[in-house]
Amino acid sequence: MPLIAEVFPVEKDDFVTAGEASAKIKRTLKKLGVDSALLRRISVCSYEVELNLVIHSLGGTIDFQVTQDSVMLLVKDRGPGIANLELAMREGWSTAPESVRMMGFGAGMGLPNMKRNADEFDIKSEAGVGTEILMKFRLK
Amino acid sequence: MTVAELKELLGARVLNEGVDLSREVGSAYVCDLLSWVMAKGAPGTAWVTVMNHLNVIAVATLLDMSCVIIPENIEVKPETLEKAAEEEIPVLSTGKTAFEIAGLMHSKGLGDPVK
Repeated sequence: MPLIAEVFPVEKDDFVTAGEASAKIKRTLKKLGVDSALLRRISVCSYEVELNLVIHSLGGTIDFQVTQDSVMLLVKDRGPGIANLELAMREGWSTAPESVRMMGFGAGMGLPNMKRNADEFDIKSEAGVGTEILMKFRLK
Repeated sequence: MTVAELKELLGARVLNEGVDLSREVGSAYVCDLLSWVMAKGAPGTAWVTVMNHLNVIAVATLLDMSCVIIPENIEVKPETLEKAAEEEIPVLSTGKTAFEIAGLMHSKGLGDPVK
């Protein structure tokens, strides 16, 4: 049984509240006494995935769970799915529109940042259906 | 160097007055790509960016940065400053360019973020 389980909905194009789910996740983990280096890695992953939902998806959810020995972020969207996952995982490659790039997003670092910072990273995507990302972090 | 001392060094103003400036500045970074900053920033970093929207504060907060520095007197959106006040992130503003700001910080021994 998880100690904490919370699902955060994240909506497409909602740049005003973007980052709030990540801020809540960080506050919760800080209260639990998670050390700062791990907190930083989890924050990078949750923020990147939250912004990916805002920028690229049709909306979705971040399912946040804490157990005795791990933190899990399970992220599911309602589409549109990633056409070429290999390219999407490549640093510097992005499909973000110009308007979003003007805000400083779309560097093509989101997915690589997640993979680098999570202890376990798994992504599944089907074009026309949706994307699912699972990230796990070990608590010592 | 504290944020207050950095403010003096840069001849900067604090845009969200009342925020605590006693925090120690551990390092400095200049970049406008948010994901890039997410990858490179660290706790205590002073971040120089021309971006002025809400998500700047989200990144600074998540990385536990010491302050955000806006160059060239770029106007910062009120909602950004409200969020900065709420999250206790000092937002400094100066007429200097990012290049000048970086030079001044470097001359005082501030280095790259160390995670």
